[in-house]
Amino acid sequence: MSHITKEAHGGSLLAQSARTKKRNAAETRFKAFGIAAIAVSLLMLFVLVTTIIGKGWGAYQQTFITLQVELLEKKLDKKGNRNLSDIKKVSTFGYAPLIKSAVTAKVEELGVETGLKSKQLVGLLSKGAAAQLRDFVINNPDRIGDTVEFRFLASSRVDGYLKGRVHRESIDNDKNISPAQLDLVDALVLAGVVEKTFNIDFIIGADASDQRPEAAGMGVAMLGSLSMMMVVLALSLPIGVGASIYLEEFAPKNWLTDIIEVNISNLAAVPSIVFGILGLAVFINYMHLPMSAPLVGGLVLTLMTLPTIIISTRAALSAVPSSIRDAALGIGASRMQAVFHHVLPLAAPGILTGTIIGLAQALGETAPLLLIGMVGFIASNAPDTIAEGLMSPNSAMPAQIYEWAKRADPAFYERAWGGIILLLLFLVTMNTVAVILRRRFERRW
Amino acid sequence: MTTFWLISCLILLSTAGFALGRHRALVSAGGQVRNLHSLPSYYGTNVALSISVPPLAVLSVWLLAQPLFIESHVAAMIPLEMIPENVNLSLVMSDVRRVSEGLDIAIYQGLMSAGEVEILDSEASDLRGRLGDLGIALGSDVRPEILDAARRYRTMSHDGRLMMTIVVGLFALVGFSRSYGQTDKDYRARNAVERGGMALLIVAASLAILTTIGIVYSMLFETINFFGLHNWRDFFFGTTWAPNFRGDSELSILPLLWGTLYISFIALLVAVPIGLFAAIYLSEYANTATRSFAKPLLEILAGIPTIVYGLFALLTIGPMLVRVFGRGDDGLLGVEWMTGATSVLTAGLVMGIMLIPFVSSLSDDIINAVPQSMRDGSLGLGATKSETVRQVVIPAALPGIVGAVLLAASRAIGETMIVVMGAGAIANFSGNPLESMTTITTRIVSQLTGDTDFASPETLVAFALGMALFVLTLGLNILALYIVRTYREQYD
Repeated sequence: MSHITKEAHGGSLLAQSARTKKRNAAETRFKAFGIAAIAVSLLMLFVLVTTIIGKGWGAYQQTFITLQVELLEKKLDKKGNRNLSDIKKVSTFGYAPLIKSAVTAKVEELGVETGLKSKQLVGLLSKGAAAQLRDFVINNPDRIGDTVEFRFLASSRVDGYLKGRVHRESIDNDKNISPAQLDLVDALVLAGVVEKTFNIDFIIGADASDQRPEAAGMGVAMLGSLSMMMVVLALSLPIGVGASIYLEEFAPKNWLTDIIEVNISNLAAVPSIVFGILGLAVFINYMHLPMSAPLVGGLVLTLMTLPTIIISTRAALSAVPSSIRDAALGIGASRMQAVFHHVLPLAAPGILTGTIIGLAQALGETAPLLLIGMVGFIASNAPDTIAEGLMSPNSAMPAQIYEWAKRADPAFYERAWGGIILLLLFLVTMNTVAVILRRRFERRW
Repeated sequence: MTTFWLISCLILLSTAGFALGRHRALVSAGGQVRNLHSLPSYYGTNVALSISVPPLAVLSVWLLAQPLFIESHVAAMIPLEMIPENVNLSLVMSDVRRVSEGLDIAIYQGLMSAGEVEILDSEASDLRGRLGDLGIALGSDVRPEILDAARRYRTMSHDGRLMMTIVVGLFALVGFSRSYGQTDKDYRARNAVERGGMALLIVAASLAILTTIGIVYSMLFETINFFGLHNWRDFFFGTTWAPNFRGDSELSILPLLWGTLYISFIALLVAVPIGLFAAIYLSEYANTATRSFAKPLLEILAGIPTIVYGLFALLTIGPMLVRVFGRGDDGLLGVEWMTGATSVLTAGLVMGIMLIPFVSSLSDDIINAVPQSMRDGSLGLGATKSETVRQVVIPAALPGIVGAVLLAASRAIGETMIVVMGAGAIANFSGNPLESMTTITTRIVSQLTGDTDFASPETLVAFALGMALFVLTLGLNILALYIVRTYREQYD
């Protein structure tokens, strides 16, 4: 106490004593730490979002090369009878010369001086160009003999050059592209033959093999995610609401109820990978459900989302005041009627909000999907029916992103970031809907 | 008949049952609703539930039990000497399943007739080649015993399905006739429906327990299998993680545990100070406008899927760290400490960012629960705001904050995608945060993806690791709850 007395004697009320200064400085420091903590977190968010948008934007733009291809009859339909099975016998190798001559003709027409061989000229195009041509011919056999204009995907290096990912300095060791080819690309851009446009195929298209990053799309994986979400919604909503109603409204206080409650709160904290192990052991190894099927993914994600949905549903049910139940019981309703006719409808907005947030969580979950085989699979065909969509192998949006991130070609990284934009758009939409639902329909009692 | 159609039929039948039951009740009451014991729809629901619920229950039990029954039966057919060394019965069984599946497809596509399959001779006909054409790849030629077993498997599954359809149909019929017969104006339909409804609710609630049992069972059996094949001393006390396919793998959990804990520690080192200070600032200093602006933004960090953080670690933070600590003279520090983008620091930093909102929102709730009167008392005695926070609020909230940190630690230990993409694949005991290390979750993923052989210790170790992970996170959660409950100050 002595030092305080001394200061009280020696100091003026208007001048700050050394100790007060120290305390105030500590106060300022403490506050600054808090502001710094918030600033750091928000900075991280900002960096994350700008990285995603900056790196992923490229996936929504794609470079196309427009060429006039003469569909020579003597190459594509030797017999000349337009018999579809004969036309189908011509493989993509048979179409390659047509593309080669089309590129050469285009370069000559523009009068660009280039020392490139025709093989290097074709290298500007995606490896899928011949397949694109073949599909067109098979669908339109009557166009054989005509000269048709096609928009071919440019190869991923040309695409990267136009997007600034590939530079002249960085291609020294690259077999797939040479500076001379880039000179030609510059000339073709000036002539309007090569152009960069919006890439709808990234959103609706299928994944492509390692060799063709320019053709890879998210569409089929999105269908896989959609099928999984349908399974999750169809199972977790009724089961979750049923369990919550029982625990919140009817369960007697006994050891069994206690066990269930402790269980649910523990399940909410079990790492998601453990649910993947469960899915692998029970659904695939024991029940022999097909590997990589969205049905299995949906079942695993259902078990994972159930605790989330149960917890939020119970909160919504307990927020309904007991006067509502009492009133219903008082005019002769049974307890079941009181719950289903009065409490449940009043709690519905809260339940829906919780369900949407649970679904959003499930949509972004990757780890369990790795174990049930939804990764490492090229989802190249969209399923035709709902049953096929559930049972046949497919990928899912986060699994597809992981798949792209693992591949060696950096052109796939752009796809991965682009996929993340799409995934986050879905999540933002779902969460916005949840917030709007809560704001609009939630009642304060 | 496939399960899908069976379920659709049951749904259709119960819809029809609803209409019939409702109608019969009304007729028995002479068309006067007031003569009925319950509302008409309860009579309909009673019939509908009786038609659909017991058959569905039978169906699901049957679907779960049939594979087990058939497998054990067919497995008994395979002579023991048939099973080669190092090959487990389950591998032979998967061959049997594949062959029987192939036969099914062959019959479906009209390549063989059902009679032809019965007299098929594995030596005479090139079954492997024919099934290969159908897209069923077999590792070796089909031996006669396997073919016999596959035939048996096929007929048993077919008979099983037929029996299942019949039994389910029978249950539906009995349910219908019973409930339809009972339907009468004096029948207490509402009570019956409510009893049934209550049973359904209880079933839904017990599913949580079933899930836990499923988790424990699915890992326990394989873990026991693993310890049958591999020395438990090596797993718990060994020092090397080096799986190989020569059969002398060293599979020790310790290096993995070290990597897991090291990465989690770095993550907490980032997340706890930032999260805690953010929570303190938001609850004690910030005005309403800042709060309503900063809090939702922080929550966004929590809603971002972990795959995004994983990609961020692999493609942004990792290369950035290499630019600082690596590349020799080209790097920012001019040192060569880090070669690859994957490292403990990469994964730890990104995981820390992910955990910030987790720590801050939990601590925020806890700090807000400290009563205002305690702050007022401290401020009234002349303490500054920061002194109040440090000496009154934090000590009062400490058990809760410790609980929050433990929950965050459990999250960090179980996190998969960030470490799969950011931490690397080399198991070592180093203390250097710039080296790449591996974790329990990463190893689970790598041992269980790709070609897996559920008879080798290299695959089965994943289940033992999963069990360890489950026990570890569960223990942390229970400890967190215990601390919060025991040391919580009661303010009201």
